[in-house]
Amino acid sequence: MAEALLSVQGLRKHYGGLAVTNDVSLEVLPGEIHALIGPNGAGKTTLIHQITGTVAPDAGRVVFAGTDITRLSLPRRVQAGLARSFQITSIIAGFSVLENVALAAQAQSGSSFGFLRPAAGETVLNDAARNALNEVGLADRAMIIAGALSHGEKRALEIAIALATRPRLLLLDEPLAGAGPEETERLIALLRRLKSRYAILLVEHDMQAVFALADRISVLAEGRIIASGGTTEIRASDEVRAAYLGEEEIPC
Amino acid sequence: MPRLRLDVALTLLVLAALALAPLLGFGANHYLTLFARIMILAAAAVSLSFLVGGAGLASLGHAAAMGVGAYAVAILDAHRLTDITIVLPVAIVAAALFSLLTGAIAIRTEGVNFIMITLAFGQMAFFTASSLAPYGGDDGYTLYDRTEIFGLRLMENRLFFHYLCLGFLLFCWGFCAMLLASRFGRVLRAARENPLRVQAVGFAPYPFRLLAYVIAGTLAGLAGVLFANATEFVAPAYMGWQRSGELIFMVILGGLGRLSGAILGAVLFVLLETWLPNLTTHWKMIFGPLLILAVLFMRGGLIGFLGARRG
Ligand SMILES: Nc1ncnc2c1ncn2[C@@H]1O[C@H](COP(=O)(O)OP(=O)(O)O)[C@@H](O)[C@H]1O
Ligand SMILES: [Mg+2]
Repeated sequence: MAEALLSVQGLRKHYGGLAVTNDVSLEVLPGEIHALIGPNGAGKTTLIHQITGTVAPDAGRVVFAGTDITRLSLPRRVQAGLARSFQITSIIAGFSVLENVALAAQAQSGSSFGFLRPAAGETVLNDAARNALNEVGLADRAMIIAGALSHGEKRALEIAIALATRPRLLLLDEPLAGAGPEETERLIALLRRLKSRYAILLVEHDMQAVFALADRISVLAEGRIIASGGTTEIRASDEVRAAYLGEEEIPC
Repeated sequence: MPRLRLDVALTLLVLAALALAPLLGFGANHYLTLFARIMILAAAAVSLSFLVGGAGLASLGHAAAMGVGAYAVAILDAHRLTDITIVLPVAIVAAALFSLLTGAIAIRTEGVNFIMITLAFGQMAFFTASSLAPYGGDDGYTLYDRTEIFGLRLMENRLFFHYLCLGFLLFCWGFCAMLLASRFGRVLRAARENPLRVQAVGFAPYPFRLLAYVIAGTLAGLAGVLFANATEFVAPAYMGWQRSGELIFMVILGGLGRLSGAILGAVLFVLLETWLPNLTTHWKMIFGPLLILAVLFMRGGLIGFLGARRG
């Protein structure tokens, strides 16, 4: 078996008396989609926050590509090859779509303490940005103000921004949330295309999407991983059914 | 696109008027004094607009950096050091260092806390200046000489000084515009709107913001050097929160979104402040409410107003 790209070991986080992350360990292998599912409030977003460095864990380690990154800041982790999308869309609404992505490309291309040349005229950055926009199907929207995009397009833009940071691992927090049926189809197709090139930790509520995309599924409930395995295993697990009882049916 | 043209065109028109004014019958001393005040405060306002509108750092202590530049002139003057080869480097280093030390702390905070801390540093500078007894203390200090340029008393030439101030204003405007368009400025603008997003693409905003703060403070310090020469006088009030507040007002009055707004705002502000006292002795009772109404009813300042009118 290949060496894990991301390895989360014994992570714990308490908010007051609430154990939001309770001894969580999981791995993401190169080139796989590892899906993380679980009811609302299970602690999925908080776990992603700890992996990306916006929330500090109380205990445990995050190891990325063989290096302990538990103490690194978010920007440092991104530079190391870890990129994320946010559950609540986070773009720069006043920038054009292209400039949103060019900003990310800029972080990967030399120093940003450049003062003389207009950044908007840098072909290296614009080309990298257009490539990323091409991948997510937003190339024809490049010159629009990002705030004017549809919700589904904003989700795609977030992924393009993540791609432009040249990541090895994508952490996607509910990338399909709030997208319409057609947009969902398009986003699933996009994730399938990305699958071979990036390792992905996918938090998603859309079970159909999860079962269609994931190589491996872990189930989080009340801060604990209650099951982990292949799609068929998880589908058959009674524990998972119990955790989801009253939430939603697992489609078969 | 059209909006850009309109506010820039108007600002260029104002600058052209300032360039031609001394040649078209406005060459009397009291006019030139007024113009110098307009241009120097406009340059300081542009540097503040770069900080507030560009980097999202709403400083209420910007006058302090300007005052540091002015006091550099005064203190050196008291020791009979008046040549630009000494005054300029000392003023630049002093203003930059002051901004670096205060900024290093202030930029760790956000929002209202940032405003309060910059205000506090400004007042600290104000009280420090008040306590400088050898340099006038509360009463201020009158210069023996204007700054000399390589031994030449060029600044005493009213026309030379006029065009020096105009050149400095143009430089500030162009320099700040260049910075905002650059890679550096792109990170600043992005971090103003969404700092989390900026971190999530791999930038720590802090060093970018700190450098912006130092650059803006240094430009303000240079404006302070000119201001001291214009008035041939330096006082603690140059650093106080009232002056900082006036600068913020100019920026907002003209329009926060564009550097040109700071220039238009400064022109309008100084003209009102100069002409209103001619109408009534109670002019401040008109001026204050007028400014507040302008901010309330002209969203986006003068520039926003012009844009809205057209569209
Ligand atoms: N900063 C916080 N302070 C206190 N409680 C929090 C905080 N962030 C999240 N929580 C709580 O932690 C639990 C898990 O939240 P979250 O990670 O967002 O879950 P999920 O993404 O799985 O829906 C929720 O009960 C939430 O209220
Ligand atoms: Mg969540």
